[in-house]
Amino acid sequence: MTQYLIRRLLIAIPSILGISVILFAVLALAPGDPFEELATNPAIPPEVRQNLRASLGLDDPIHVRYFAWLTSMLRGDWGFSFVSRIPVDDLILQRLPTTIAVIGASQVLAICIAIPIGVFAATRPYSIFDQIANTLAFVGFSLPTFFTGLLLILLFSIHLDWLPFVYRTQLDSTGWQWWWDQVRQSIMPVTVLGLFQGAALVRFVRSAVLDVIRLDYVTTARAKGIPESAVTLRHIVRNAMIPVVTLLALQMPAVFGGAIVTEQIFRVPGIGSLLISAVLANDTPVIMAVTFVFACLVILFNLIADILYGWLDPRISYR
Amino acid sequence: MTEQRLLDIQGLKVHFRTDDGWVRAVDGVDIGVDRGETVCVVGESGCGKTVTAKSVLKLIDMPPGKIAAGKILWQGRDIVPMRAAEMRAIRSKEIGFIFQEPMTSLNPVYTVGYQIAETVRQHEGLSKRAATDRAAEMLRLVNIPNPAKRVHDYPHQFSGGMRQRVVIAMALACNPKLIIADEPTTALDVTIQAGILDLLNEMKERLGMAVLLITHAMGVVAETAQRVVVMYAGQVVEEAPVAPLFARPLHPYTQGLIRSIPRLDLAATEHKRLEAIPGAVPSLLDPPRGCRFAARCRYAIPECTAAPPPLRELGAGHFAACIRAEEIAEGRAQPAGVAA
Amino acid sequence: MAGSTPASATASAGVPASGGDRPRVGPWLEAWRRFRKHRLAVVSAVILAILVLGVAFGPLIWTVPIDEIDFSKRLDGPSWEHPMGTDDLGQDLLARILYGGRISLAVGFAAMFVALVVGVLVGAVAGMAGGKTDAALMWLTDLFLSLPQLPLLLLIIYLFRDSLVSVVGPEMGVFILIVVVIGGFNWMQVARLVRAQFFSLREKEFVEAARALGASKTRMVLVHILPNSLGPIIVAATIDIAAAIIAESTLSFLGLGFPPDIPTWGRLLFDAKDNLDFAPHWALFPGLMIFLTVLSINFVGDGLRDAFDPRRVKS
Repeated sequence: MTQYLIRRLLIAIPSILGISVILFAVLALAPGDPFEELATNPAIPPEVRQNLRASLGLDDPIHVRYFAWLTSMLRGDWGFSFVSRIPVDDLILQRLPTTIAVIGASQVLAICIAIPIGVFAATRPYSIFDQIANTLAFVGFSLPTFFTGLLLILLFSIHLDWLPFVYRTQLDSTGWQWWWDQVRQSIMPVTVLGLFQGAALVRFVRSAVLDVIRLDYVTTARAKGIPESAVTLRHIVRNAMIPVVTLLALQMPAVFGGAIVTEQIFRVPGIGSLLISAVLANDTPVIMAVTFVFACLVILFNLIADILYGWLDPRISYR
Repeated sequence: MTEQRLLDIQGLKVHFRTDDGWVRAVDGVDIGVDRGETVCVVGESGCGKTVTAKSVLKLIDMPPGKIAAGKILWQGRDIVPMRAAEMRAIRSKEIGFIFQEPMTSLNPVYTVGYQIAETVRQHEGLSKRAATDRAAEMLRLVNIPNPAKRVHDYPHQFSGGMRQRVVIAMALACNPKLIIADEPTTALDVTIQAGILDLLNEMKERLGMAVLLITHAMGVVAETAQRVVVMYAGQVVEEAPVAPLFARPLHPYTQGLIRSIPRLDLAATEHKRLEAIPGAVPSLLDPPRGCRFAARCRYAIPECTAAPPPLRELGAGHFAACIRAEEIAEGRAQPAGVAA
Repeated sequence: MAGSTPASATASAGVPASGGDRPRVGPWLEAWRRFRKHRLAVVSAVILAILVLGVAFGPLIWTVPIDEIDFSKRLDGPSWEHPMGTDDLGQDLLARILYGGRISLAVGFAAMFVALVVGVLVGAVAGMAGGKTDAALMWLTDLFLSLPQLPLLLLIIYLFRDSLVSVVGPEMGVFILIVVVIGGFNWMQVARLVRAQFFSLREKEFVEAARALGASKTRMVLVHILPNSLGPIIVAATIDIAAAIIAESTLSFLGLGFPPDIPTWGRLLFDAKDNLDFAPHWALFPGLMIFLTVLSINFVGDGLRDAFDPRRVKS
C-alpha cells in the first residue's frame, strides 16, 4: 500500500508539470503583452513597469522564463493583484476555504442522493422506479448549473421568499442564528452543484452495480444463505464503489466548472467568483494563479481518489 | 424408493423469458438423491443441468427465470413455494454449493477467511474470532498449507486450484447434508482436476454427505458417481447406476457420449476413431414434439418424432427415454440411414 | 484422464437462448432497429430535428427583427404579438432566441467537429504507432482529462480574444475562438475510443488480409479501421455536441462569450438574470431551450449507444 501510494505521488508530479507547461504556453503564446494594462495606466511610471518586467524576467528566453515562473508558482510567490494590490496568495487563501466547503458539501449531497437511488434502481433493472430514476438523471445532468441556479432563485427567493439569493461573508447575526443563516444561504448553491453532480453519479452507480450484480461471487454470496440486504451491501455495493471512485475523480474538472458558475450566480466569495471578476477586470496574475490552483485541486482530488481506490481494492497494491 | 429421499426433484420445469419468447431450459426433470449418495448429472452445455442445480437453491435469476412447474422436495418439504427466509436457512446450512469458476466465484475485496467465516457466522451465530478460527480449520481440512496465515489472504493471492479448495471449504463450512457441485473441475488445469475430485470424494467419505455433481465430462462420471442422470435438451433421457450405464447404455445419446471418450486402451487395437455426435441441440424456444434427440439420432424412425418417448424402467433402476431402447441395446436396431 | 473429456464433441455448443433465426440484416439496419426500441431517444430525435429546423428556418417565418427597440413594450410577458415576451429594450425574445439558437447549435456542431478531428487524429496515430508514441499521446490524453476546463477556457479567451477579434471581426473571431477551444478540450474520449478500436481491430482477420495484400497504412485506416469503429465514435460525438453547447452557454452566461449584440442562449440568460423578479420569462425561455436541446441530445446519444452496442439490449 505504501509503495502504491508513493507510486501514485510520483505519477502526480509529471501531471503538475504538464499542466504548468500548458498554462505557461498559453500565457507565452498570447498575443500582446499581458502587462499592457500597466502600460496604459498613467498612474504607473514606465520605470516601475520596466522593473516589474525585469523582476518577472519577461525578456529572458522562453525556457528560462518557464522555470522562473514555475519556481515562483511552486513557492507560492504569485505576485500582486492588479486591481486590489493585495498579494495573490493572500487573496486566494482567503477565499479557498469557501470554495472547498461548497464543493465538499455538494459532493456529500451528490453521494447521498446517488448511491441509494443508483443501487435501488440497479437492483430492480427496468422497473418503473429505475425508469423514472434514469429519466430524472438525464434531466438532472442536462440542466446546466446556471439555469438550475436561476430556477431555484426564482422559486425559493423571489416566489416563496424562503432563502436569500445573495451569499454574504459577513453575517450580522451571532450564535445559533449565525449557523442557521449560514445554512440558509448555503442551501441553494450546494443544491445546484449537488444535484448536477448527483444526477451524473446516479448513472455511474447504476451501471457499476449492474456490472457487479451479475458476477459469480454475488451468486456465491446468495448461496451462503445471508440476507439479501447483506448481499447487496457487502458484495454488490462495496465492489461497485471501486469503479465509481474513478469516475468521480474524472468528474472533478466538471465539478469545478459548476462551482465557478454557482459561485458567480449566488455571489459566493470563493475562488470561482474571484476568477470571473479577475477576468472581467483583466487581472492577469489572479487569473493565472486561480487557474493553477484549480489544476492543483484536480490533481489533489485525483490523488485522493487513488488512495480510496487502493483502499477499496486489495488487488491494487499488489499490481 | 420407500425411504424418503434427501432431495427429490419431481417434474421440474424452469423457463426463461427472452426477447423471442420463453426458453424452456428445464422441461420436466426428475432427479433424486439419497443420503450419502453421489449422483452425477451429465450432458452437454445448454442441456439444463446447471439450471436444474441452481434451481435447488433457487439461485437462478427470477426474472427472467421462473420455476414453471414441479416440486423440489428437500427432506420431504417442497422448497419451490418457500419464502426467502426459509430458503436462506437451507442455503449452505443444509445444502452447500460449489461453483464452476473458482476465479470469479470469490469476492476479490474480502479475505478468504472472511468469506468462509461469513457463512458460519450467519448460520451458527459464531463470533468473528471463532468464525475465523473455523475458517482456518476448514482451510486445513481442504489441504491448504499454512491455513492460519492463509485465512488473511485475498483470493487473488491463490492459484485457481487453491481457490477451488477455498470454495469447497466454504461449501463445507456448516457441514451440509448435500453438496451440489456445478462443474467444479471444468475451469481448472487437467493436472489439478484430479486433485479436486479426490478432495471431493475424500470429504464425502469423511463427512458422510451426499453429492450432486454436475458435469459434462464422462471421465468424471466414471470416477465419482454411484448413479448417473443423463440430460439432453432440458430433459432426462437416461438414468442408471454407474456400472450398467457404462456397460449397457440404452439411449443412443448416452452411447454417443460414451463413444466420444478417448480411450487409450482401444485406440491402437481396434482402429476406432473418436466419434462425434453430428448436429446441434434443438432450440428450447420451440422444442420438437417427439424425441428431442431424433434429429441427431442414427436410429431415428418416423415414430420417434410423433410423440415424446416416456422414461421407461428397462433394468434394475435403469431408465431410458427411447422407444427403440431394447432393440438398440440388443444390437438388433439398424441405423436408419443404413437400412434405407 | 479425470474430467478432461467433453461429453460431446459437437462443434456448436448451441445454447438456444436468444434467437439466431432472425432474418439477417445489415449492421446499420440492425442499429436502427435497436435505436427505435429506445422510445425516449426517438422522441428526442424528433424534438432535436424540430429545434434544428426551427432555428434554421424559423427566422424566415418569424420575421420580427431581433434588434427592434420599443421602450413602450419593455419586459412584457408572452403575448400574441411577442409569444416569448420582450426584454428590457422591448426587443422580441422569440426572434432573439431563434437567432441565438443558430449560434448555439452552430457552436455545438462545429466544436464537436473539431473534437472529432483532433480525437480521431490523436487516437489513430497512437493506435497505429504504438510503443512510445502511444504512451506519450495517452499521457497527454489523460492530462487533458484532468485539466480544469472552465478556468482554462476563460484564461484562453481572455488572452486571445482581442487580437482575434481585431483580425476577423467580433462575431467570427469569438466564434472561431470558442469553437476551437471547446473542441480542443473535448477530444479525449474520441481519441481513447479510436485507439482502443485500433488495438482490437488491428489483429482481426480482414485487416490482416488487407495488410497482407499490401494496403497502405492510410488506406487501411480510412477503408478498414475507421468505418468499423464508427459506432462508438458517433456516440461520443453526440455527447460532445451537448457538452459544447453547455460550455458555450456557460461562457456567455458569465458574460465572457459572445458580445452583447449577439443573443446566444447563454447571453440572453446573462442579460435576464438581473431582472428575474419582474421578467422571469426572459430567463425561462432561453434556459428551457438550452435544457431541451441538451436533454434531447443526451437521450439521442443514449439511444445510439444502445443501437451500436449489442450488449446493452434490454429484456
